[in-house]
Amino acid sequence: MNPVSYQRASSIDQAIQMAAGGRGRLLGGGTNLVDLMRKGVERPSSLVDVTTLSDAIEETSEGGLLIGAAARNSAVAAHLQIRSRYPMLARSILAGASAQIRNMATVGGNLMQRTRCLYFQDVAGARCNRRAPGSGCDAAGGFNRYHAIIGASPACIATHPSDMCVALAALDARIQVAGTRGARTIPIVDFHRLPGERPDLETEIEPGELIVAVEIPPPRFARSTYRKVRDRASYAFALVSVAAGLTVRAGRIEEIGIAFGGVAPKPWRAFKAETALRGGPATSQAFEAALADELADATPLPGNAFKIELAQRTLSAVLTELSGSDR
Amino acid sequence: MAIRINGTDVAVPDDARVSLLDLLRERLHLTGSKVGCNQGACGACTILVDGERALSCLTLAVQMDGRSVTTIEGLGSAEDPHALQTAFIEHDGFQCGYCTPGQICAAAAMLREIEAGVPSYVTPDLTAPVLVSREEVRERMSGNLCRCGAHNGIVDAILQVAAERAA
Repeated sequence: MNPVSYQRASSIDQAIQMAAGGRGRLLGGGTNLVDLMRKGVERPSSLVDVTTLSDAIEETSEGGLLIGAAARNSAVAAHLQIRSRYPMLARSILAGASAQIRNMATVGGNLMQRTRCLYFQDVAGARCNRRAPGSGCDAAGGFNRYHAIIGASPACIATHPSDMCVALAALDARIQVAGTRGARTIPIVDFHRLPGERPDLETEIEPGELIVAVEIPPPRFARSTYRKVRDRASYAFALVSVAAGLTVRAGRIEEIGIAFGGVAPKPWRAFKAETALRGGPATSQAFEAALADELADATPLPGNAFKIELAQRTLSAVLTELSGSDR
Repeated sequence: MAIRINGTDVAVPDDARVSLLDLLRERLHLTGSKVGCNQGACGACTILVDGERALSCLTLAVQMDGRSVTTIEGLGSAEDPHALQTAFIEHDGFQCGYCTPGQICAAAAMLREIEAGVPSYVTPDLTAPVLVSREEVRERMSGNLCRCGAHNGIVDAILQVAAERAA
């Protein structure tokens, strides 16, 4: 690891100031950044610790919740209002990493975490356009079981690793950021970028900006949950995960929100499937047909073609569970 | 500028690159916390920060300024073992012992999480009291790997201590 300076920010303005210019990085729990520094993927010259900024979880005037960026993942999942009003968010966080890591990791850091693609992490042994733009992609012809089936590009097929962000996408969360040029709010579905020709540009955050809070609108589903399918029962990244919320009235779908993890370079909000299902019957045939539509543009690879059927079956199982009479 | 480690104040290292795990092992010679993967995948370095379990390999020591850290050395001793240490011995909760300090630190914090009503991914109802079960313990301890495969004994030991505490 290269020598690095360390400062603790005591306010948002101070954090912005400290991080301005140079090769600075904001430090949350460090569960991703410290690991990437050790591997040589990240080489910051300075670290600005932002874990002292707001970690409050409070109700908004419109009846939603505002979560400070420094809130620990475990604190969000344990929060009573999140458990009772946004079960998909609590479950998505509980499905991620281990209890130790959830105690350390912050909400802001979770949004900013980088792909777990093994080729991205292998500085000495692999080419990666995300890590070293223009160098090539060894994942495309390599072991791509964990890679994207939709939204990828010839330059990069890596997936976004977060579980929490998948639920935030289905919930229409809004990311509040502050920076040298003022404050703004970015809808979660626009926050992460698709790779295109520049996979190294991962989010809409600009230099000099930091995440201050995540805003969650009032609950709009009668029921919601998160299901994660992986190679072992716990403590593994998703092959496919589904965050879904549903309101069914008299057999018809009144409100629905669906997002996938493990299949795309960003949390994949299934707008097409939602549109196809809204107002229609809550039947397994309808669920399957809607997803076939959503994944019509999928470009699976030899190592991950199974994810198409896995996504279909997982979504269908989750929606069936949510539309059933048993909770 | 100090970190309280097992009740004693220790100076924060000048070099920001020093992990909490390296501070414990290399500078303080508290070698109970183990280096397994050194990348957050195995749990062998698990310690408690202000009573909550964390990975010391991914924690920069400078971030611990003002915090209180407990390692396996602070949890129990040969003369006065923690209830979990006794239970691990009774249930063969280890073979080589390398993962054991991390397992026991993790389990100690985990029992408090259950007592506080914090749910896990396998908890059926997120708002009901948590019932201790084999499935709950397996899910909650999944961040600690044992390559000898002593997991069954580990779960038995933890379930026994949980039952003793509830009694």
